[in-house]
Amino acid sequence: MTVDSSAASEPRRSAAGEAGTTGSKTGTKRTTRTTSRTTTRTTTRSTTKKSADPELVQLLTPEGKRVKNAEYDAYVAGITPEELRGLYRDMVLTRRFDAEATALQRQGELGLWASLLGQEAAQIGSGRATREDDYVFPTYREHGVAWCRGVDPTNLLGMFRGVNHGGWDPNTNNFHLYTIVIGSQTLHATGYAMGVAKDGADSAVIAYFGDGASSQGDVAESFTFSAVYNAPVVFFCQNNQWAISEPTEKQTRVPLYQRARGFGFPGVRVDGNDVLACLAVTKWALERARSGEGPTLVEAYTYRMGAHTTSDDPTKYRADEEREAWEAKDPILRLRRYLEAANHADEGFFAELEAESEALGRRVREAVRAMPDPDNFAVFENVYADGHALVDEERAQFAAYQASFADVEGV
Amino acid sequence: MAAEKMALAKAINESLRRALESDPKVLVMGEDVGKLGGVFRVTDGLQKDFGDSRVIDTPLAESGIVGTAIGLALRGYRPVVEIQFDGFVFPAYDQIVTQLAKMHARSLGKVKMPVVVRIPYGGGIGAVEHHSESPEALFAHVAGLKIVSPSNPSDAYWMMQQAIQSDDPVIFFEPKRRYWDKGEVNTEAIPGPLHKARVVREGTDLTLAAYGPMVKLCQEAADAAAEEGKSLEILDLRSVSPMDFDSIQASVEKTRRLVVVHEAPVFFGSGAEIAARITERCFYHLEAPVLRVGGYHAPYPPARLEEEYLPGLDRVLDAVDRALAY
Repeated sequence: MTVDSSAASEPRRSAAGEAGTTGSKTGTKRTTRTTSRTTTRTTTRSTTKKSADPELVQLLTPEGKRVKNAEYDAYVAGITPEELRGLYRDMVLTRRFDAEATALQRQGELGLWASLLGQEAAQIGSGRATREDDYVFPTYREHGVAWCRGVDPTNLLGMFRGVNHGGWDPNTNNFHLYTIVIGSQTLHATGYAMGVAKDGADSAVIAYFGDGASSQGDVAESFTFSAVYNAPVVFFCQNNQWAISEPTEKQTRVPLYQRARGFGFPGVRVDGNDVLACLAVTKWALERARSGEGPTLVEAYTYRMGAHTTSDDPTKYRADEEREAWEAKDPILRLRRYLEAANHADEGFFAELEAESEALGRRVREAVRAMPDPDNFAVFENVYADGHALVDEERAQFAAYQASFADVEGV
Repeated sequence: MAAEKMALAKAINESLRRALESDPKVLVMGEDVGKLGGVFRVTDGLQKDFGDSRVIDTPLAESGIVGTAIGLALRGYRPVVEIQFDGFVFPAYDQIVTQLAKMHARSLGKVKMPVVVRIPYGGGIGAVEHHSESPEALFAHVAGLKIVSPSNPSDAYWMMQQAIQSDDPVIFFEPKRRYWDKGEVNTEAIPGPLHKARVVREGTDLTLAAYGPMVKLCQEAADAAAEEGKSLEILDLRSVSPMDFDSIQASVEKTRRLVVVHEAPVFFGSGAEIAARITERCFYHLEAPVLRVGGYHAPYPPARLEEEYLPGLDRVLDAVDRALAY
């Protein structure tokens, strides 16, 4: 379901220079329209309260049937069987990588892992919608998006093993570092998008966050800033139903995608377990950003099948039945059903992918085990770009302290 | 014009103007910095001359200001953001501490954060609550940030130039009660290093160390002490992080006594760090413990009490007498 908005539709370049003026000129019109819309909708909803779950944009049913959608079909109209197989492959390999990382945590090779199990379609669909020059601001769970951006999956494991805090070069794949403080990155994405607009580029920016983060002030502020400056940013919220132990009802009284309306830009809820729908809706939203129509909120309605992290115990707060219900909507299974029914993939494809999957697992395992501990002096590296007298002094003290052991050992 | 007399606020304005002129990546952002020119007029006229895409009036949200500045820096810009008053920086404290300060380290040096956060700080202007605070120690405790505070127009001009050129985030504390004080600014001078302290006045009996608004007070104290035959040396520290302990040490080795003066509360303040380190460095030179003069462990009081709370001439001289009595 799309919540339309009359948010500034001027081309970005002309809007950028005088965002303030543009905003106030169209402000009255926008308010009026939104108000009348809200009234109608509220009435409808209150009469059908029981089935109040808003409609999802869905192109593939859980049974793998392709359903028509007048608004979004166009964004995946030209998709080839090969590309569909590619999406399937991405999801399978991402899940395999994720399972390997969980296993490595259990074996003590990683200190922690945040599994994306169940969210593969949301991440692969949105990730594959991005263009090379677009820029991605992830949380700490976007392993599937990282995969789409070409980030080597073993790079993601350093921080979970405890050898660094991220450390990859964000500009190599236009994939920013994982951000752990919830919601912070939405502001970085907005600022980056403001810069893109200033540069006159037609790239777009996508910020990932979750249902829990939607309560953060930074997320609200990023909505405000992006709307006011008409920044080319897509807010991609994976509503996986749980913020550790708190269900979405503890974060919001309205469906999250509806938050966008109050900020003056459109919000859409998409079936987050439908890779095709996620691809189509994100492409649409990125196109809006590129053509100067400003921000969009996409709420990918999905489910965190596993624990919050390997330190979490979901049996304390949620029932197995809920998980089982979501298992029936599995993102990988539904695309497989579709591929098989349409004769887009044969046994050979699946067998080959299985082998590739195992090879990836092996490579990840070996890479993690071979990951060296950082040098002790890394503590003092990169604290400042231009150096700092105190860091130098403490490094020297640390070196002297270390050297004192060498003397003892030497005796 | 090479050397000109101007107020401290004007010196910062001229410095920002020069930065905007010489580097198209420099941006000025904040609440009311555009048309109004800031509540203290520090950015007066800049939007008129550089346009509203470079001198940007932002929504009233400090975390948003710093958070978007980080994003702009990631895109290659050099934002100079204004926090309207010291007490309003806290919504942005999270972005400054968890993101701005740590991005360079988190990326193992691949990302740089050339962001300047300007904060008018300190009391003495008879303001309401949250408009007179000195939170520099709260930032100095955070690795990844650099903290500076000029005491006079010339330093304000040059330190701002250097802060903008820095590839590290700099928290630039502006002594708001000195905004209107005038001094000579030579815009063709070659400035010394940003984080080096300066001997403002030579003396032999005791060192007064201060930065920002307290340097002028120390000068008055030194004048008064001179009438009683005491020779005080004054050190303008200029930078809180990194702190130029070498210069403090050199001065204390000469005078053997040190009094640190700042408006911020004494408890866990920068004076505490100076006292600890100078005690380590100068243990056999010191004739008296390092004394501190500053705010009390109480919320900044209503304006009619601020003169009692803030270090004044008598409190500085009292500390000088106590140090000399050892």
